[in-house]
Amino acid sequence: MSLTHEIKFTLNGSPVSLTIPLTMSVLTMLRDLLNLTGTKYGCGEGECGACTILIDGVSVNACLKFAVDCDGRTLTTVEGLVADSRNDPLRTAFAEKGGVQCGFCTPGMVMQARHILDNYPRANESQIKRGIEGNLCRCTGYKKIIETIASVGELDNKG
Amino acid sequence: MTNFKSYLAPATLDEAVDQLNQGNVTVLAGGSDLMLRVGAGNYDPSHTLMNILKINELRNISFEDNEVQIGTLTTITEIREDPELSIKMPLLGQAADQFASMQIRNVGTIGGNICNASPAGDMLVPLLLLDAAVELARQSDGGVASRRVALKDFFVGPGKTQCQSNELLTRVSIPFSKQGFRARFYKFGTRPALDISTVSIGIGGIFNNGYLQAPRVAFGAVAPVPFMALKTMKAIEQSPLDSERIKEIAEIARDEIKPIDDVRATAWYRKQLVHNLTIKVLSDVTDA
Repeated sequence: MSLTHEIKFTLNGSPVSLTIPLTMSVLTMLRDLLNLTGTKYGCGEGECGACTILIDGVSVNACLKFAVDCDGRTLTTVEGLVADSRNDPLRTAFAEKGGVQCGFCTPGMVMQARHILDNYPRANESQIKRGIEGNLCRCTGYKKIIETIASVGELDNKG
Repeated sequence: MTNFKSYLAPATLDEAVDQLNQGNVTVLAGGSDLMLRVGAGNYDPSHTLMNILKINELRNISFEDNEVQIGTLTTITEIREDPELSIKMPLLGQAADQFASMQIRNVGTIGGNICNASPAGDMLVPLLLLDAAVELARQSDGGVASRRVALKDFFVGPGKTQCQSNELLTRVSIPFSKQGFRARFYKFGTRPALDISTVSIGIGGIFNNGYLQAPRVAFGAVAPVPFMALKTMKAIEQSPLDSERIKEIAEIARDEIKPIDDVRATAWYRKQLVHNLTIKVLSDVTDA
């Protein structure tokens, strides 16, 4: 009987070793065990995208991922994204272009934006719209968020 | 908190089928459906949770002489973005493009979508349309044996398949279509993203002299399992297709399905949808 399992992974650039229950989600592990509350609990069933993080560089809903599968993987949360200066243009753009209102969707939106720009560096409006289909925002009407992400794509390509 | 009995993450198919042979195993791949089931308490705590994501041999797309083989762990994103697949089997990429959201496509696997056997599973109608088959591996004399089951025979009820408890779905095989084959897939929901389809419909065949030869019709979310609509296929094959005949076929399709009332639509509405979408999709296929 082993109801818990020890996992080792890289979180925001640092090694982590942790013992977790087998049914725990990555989201619960981040928020309740590691006190990284930047990643939000919205719907808990993959509909809202507020818990979006990167695992091995790919965006996923942390609420739907088994923590036990993180063993050996690399996780990046919004806290880690902000610590990396490569993401400064993205962070600044969200603040300056009005891509943030109440802020609840923002961590997930920023993480998904990172994933979109990593995969489509010149993402156009329709690619951005398709890319954030899994992220709900109830404030902005999305227009400002789409403009924000588009502006970073243009900036990245100039730089 | 209830839990699974134990956990393991085999690195090879041999180890995985060995564990399955011992019984009481719940298989974990992408996990996006399993996590919801666990959250709802709908799982067996006497089971071992077996994570198959570390078995690299199950993660590839290979093009053989007569068919393409897609490893069970291939994600929906990988199917959506594979350049060779998009040329040789565009229907799969189109279906993957309409699947949930990017975050879910990034973790969801083709094998998981098939084994969950949802009547509304997004990849199932296009795979049926393309005459896919699945490989089921099991332990045999200390090695791995496998059998092939046509997808049209694989689903036996909502969430129930021909895959036995000692078997693992390792890959899906799809024959290359005959010259001139064309197909269309349509998923109807209230919004494009993250919607579980209200109905989905796929029609294909070789259009020649007004006839749709070797027609294939598959429906999803209108019966306990996604299925091939044999009566509709027969009706299509019998006579040349003009707009009047297409309307008659739509009525046959409407009468062939056995939908239920649920939160997404009433049975009556689903029948109307299938009627109208059969006209639309059949017209598209015969007018491309």
